[in-house]
Amino acid sequence: MLSAALIKDFEALLGKQNVFSDEADLQSYSYDSAVLNPVVPALVVRPTSTELLGRCVKMLYDNGIPMTVRGAGTNLSGGTIPDKSDTVVILTNALTRILEINENDLYAVVEPGVVTAQFAAEVAKRKLFYPPDPGSQAVSTIAGNIAENAGGLRGLKYGVTKDYVMGIEFFDATGEVVKSGSRTVKCVTGYNLAGMMVQSEGTLGVISQAILKLVPPPKASKALVAEFNDVQDAADAVAGIIAAHVVPCTLEFLDNNTIVRVDDYTKAGLNRDAAAILLIEVDGHPAQVADEAEVVERVLKQCKASAVIVAKDEAEKFKLWEARRQALPVLARCRPTTVLEDATVPRSQIPAMMKALGQIASKYKLEMGTFGHAGDGNLHPTILCDRRDAEEFKRVEAAVDEIFNVALSLGGTLSGEHGIGTAKAKWMEKETSRGTIMFSKRLRKALDPKGLLNPTKMIGI
Amino acid sequence: MSDLNSLAQKLMTLDDSLSSCMRCGMCQAVCPMFGATMMEADVARGKVVLVSNLAHKLIEDPKAVADKLGRCLLCGSCQANCPSGVPLMDIFMTAREIVYTYIGLHPLKKLIFRYLLASPGLFNLSMRFGAPCQGLLFKSKNNVQQTSAAPLLDSILGARHIRRLAPKSLYAIEGALDEPAGASGIKVAFYPGCMGDKFYVDMARACLKVLRHHGVGIYMPKGFACCGIPALSSGDVEGMTKEMAVSLGLFDKGQFDYVITPCSSCTSTIKELWVKYADRISPEAKAQAEALSAKTMDINDFLINVLHVSMQGKPEAEREAVTYHDSCHLKKSLGVFKEPRAVVELNPHYKITEMAEADRCCGCGGSFNLFHYDLSRQIGQRKRNNVVASGAKIVAAGCPACMMQLEDVLSQNGDPVRVKHVVELYAESLD
Ligand SMILES: Cc1cc2nc3c(=O)[nH]c(=O)nc-3n(C[C@H](O)[C@H](O)[C@H](O)COP(=O)(O)OP(=O)(O)OC[C@H]3O[C@@H](n4cnc5c(N)ncnc54)[C@H](O)[C@@H]3O)c2cc1C
Ligand code: SF4
Ligand code: SF4
Repeated sequence: MLSAALIKDFEALLGKQNVFSDEADLQSYSYDSAVLNPVVPALVVRPTSTELLGRCVKMLYDNGIPMTVRGAGTNLSGGTIPDKSDTVVILTNALTRILEINENDLYAVVEPGVVTAQFAAEVAKRKLFYPPDPGSQAVSTIAGNIAENAGGLRGLKYGVTKDYVMGIEFFDATGEVVKSGSRTVKCVTGYNLAGMMVQSEGTLGVISQAILKLVPPPKASKALVAEFNDVQDAADAVAGIIAAHVVPCTLEFLDNNTIVRVDDYTKAGLNRDAAAILLIEVDGHPAQVADEAEVVERVLKQCKASAVIVAKDEAEKFKLWEARRQALPVLARCRPTTVLEDATVPRSQIPAMMKALGQIASKYKLEMGTFGHAGDGNLHPTILCDRRDAEEFKRVEAAVDEIFNVALSLGGTLSGEHGIGTAKAKWMEKETSRGTIMFSKRLRKALDPKGLLNPTKMIGI
Repeated sequence: MSDLNSLAQKLMTLDDSLSSCMRCGMCQAVCPMFGATMMEADVARGKVVLVSNLAHKLIEDPKAVADKLGRCLLCGSCQANCPSGVPLMDIFMTAREIVYTYIGLHPLKKLIFRYLLASPGLFNLSMRFGAPCQGLLFKSKNNVQQTSAAPLLDSILGARHIRRLAPKSLYAIEGALDEPAGASGIKVAFYPGCMGDKFYVDMARACLKVLRHHGVGIYMPKGFACCGIPALSSGDVEGMTKEMAVSLGLFDKGQFDYVITPCSSCTSTIKELWVKYADRISPEAKAQAEALSAKTMDINDFLINVLHVSMQGKPEAEREAVTYHDSCHLKKSLGVFKEPRAVVELNPHYKITEMAEADRCCGCGGSFNLFHYDLSRQIGQRKRNNVVASGAKIVAAGCPACMMQLEDVLSQNGDPVRVKHVVELYAESLD
């Protein structure tokens, strides 16, 4: 329980309208997008300036109260579920200013709560480009993206959030400001603490500002779709495209179950017998795009694609991509609970991974649809279930464990982009090493001696 | 406590729907309430969790949940964009009925929904006395929106700038109508809605003019009650069904091919909600509501897709810009958004200039506006900014409730932008 006096102090600091202690409000910050049990926090506070954000952190540190920072609460690993009932949740959604977009030096400076898609749109208005595009970009926040190192569809060619972070300002556990990185392309002043904050999941400090890299947008793009009778052929095509030195900006994959489900729902007339569909987009200079599209088309045909469609214009491209856009929504509608995993393997291992996923689904008698980013081996096996059915959910948990095992045995990783949070914490050591866990724990302990920043997340403290 | 158990049990009927929410949070992108407050409990995900927690007895404060449920415009933006297809409107309506019934309906609301809105005679009478007297209370703002403020009624109306009641209601002017089909061979039942009958009488008359111009027969009996959406939003199903029963009786007495309304809230209520609640009146009422549902259409939809009206003559060289606001019920419930734009451009003098976020809720939300005026205005301000930025001097809408909200926010800002119903603009070209 928080003392009434401390709540009063917060009210004095932030204004009553930014301090929430009603049960109904507290309960609405007890969950995020992960399929995990909720924990109701003790208090929720919403600082309206970065200075006040720092004061909140300090006040919580001084009083020894654990804190969880929350952006849009869309992470899929439980990173914003409070650790215990005395946790205070700090909201960043009143910190939404874009402080600078520099068109000459190609960078922008933003506050933590800026919504990704709104930022990308502002940048686009100035004829520049911020590529990271997680599926949640319409609501996710920049600090949430940084703290999870969010990826997206464009990862293969353009990289992920970490590739766009030039500098970060954050408050350490005690509320002290830490600055790292700068507005320059090169900066080696001190440790790369900005790099450390990327994918830190709210455990090392509270991000208050970020300097982000911008790039010129591609002038043209072209989309293609190919169907395959065998997943191996699709994987060969992916390898073949890269081997031909074409790096598409997107290279997406849908498996047969996803194709059938999408077709059931959209009646789009997809080939229901196809083992896999690849959706490919190349972008860049118009001449290069034309060249690369030709190469891709040739490779697809060589790799026994049973059909290849090249979009003639924007409208057709939009139509071709509809199947990919609908993948998650359609799967999500099949059953009440959608467990969206993101085990990732080296792309050459996609066929082995797909085979294993098929076996796991039938072993545990579960329905699974798999889609994802074939270009970087980041698949999203999606298990359709009903969490209220305890027996079924046991099977789901066992299946998820087995998916991780397979991913690791194929030289892959637990999570390509969704983070560890509490969902995958117990697997950390298996992928890394005991030393890694000890090192990380000591790092946390040194930076956060009272163990207050998202204490149970990732490796625990 | 046992009461709470039975409340929880009733809410458990929603458990399947509630469980279909995957907590993705994508509703944050479109919810006008969330846009204004940035509070999780105001967005669909938060409300779903709270209702679910009440059903599972994880929260024991129905009043708090009721308050959160009430902080919602029922605009349907969340449902229209929910990747998981969660039936949010059904969840909200049903939860409101169950939770508000548990808490008890406010006596004033009870009076309004069950007696005033269900008894057109009484409503008319109170309005008849109301209209001439309002000059004493309302101070005209002398602006293009023709709104007034009512300092003496401050406690009820707040600082609203609203249109006065029309001096004479639509029925008082037109009387009951039963005109045979003309050249079109089609006859419609015209349901003007409370707003069309009492506030936006010019708008309703413009609709009649257009229908007559196109040789459409009109059935408009005296005594239609309110469509019931205000009662239903307040969880008062009894009031809603009472009102519906009155109108069903009148529809039963007429012969017509379509039911046409100029109010998208009425259209979507008659089309989508009457069928859901009519069996509480009788099995016959249910059958009748189903038949009516199939025949009910928005007037723009009717003009374009049934009458196939096209522009007479040529567009003028320099057409005046009109920007169009997509009413939530029209676009998100009924899927009608191309037609109203087409109807505006049937008038050779007008041309649509799109505003940003044309389909973002204006913030009226029916009775939401009455109980959460500050929030309503805050949401309305964003709409106002988009309207003004479009540069158009006329904003058109297909729903009188939106028109009232637009008039209020534009008038509050002193903007020289007129608010018109789509059909009024077309009707101007038929003189
Ligand atoms: C439908 C859907 C699609 C998705 N698609 C993708 C995808 O394509 N790629 C992908 O990578 N992810 C995806 N995600 C996951 C998720 O959206 C991302 O992880 C996103 O970056 C989270 O942003 P957020 O603002 O919601 O952060 P939150 O969920 O609020 O927080 C995430 C983590 O960041 C921490 N945090 C937040 N703000 C701060 C701060 N100021 N300082 C320090 N720590 C902070 C939190 O404590 C938490 O640990 C998807 C999720 C959903 C629901
Ligand atoms: S968008 Fe739908 S599924 Fe997602 S959180 Fe909102 S209501 Fe739930
Ligand atoms: S109906 Fe509208 S206001 Fe209500 S939760 Fe949905 S989007 Fe928000």
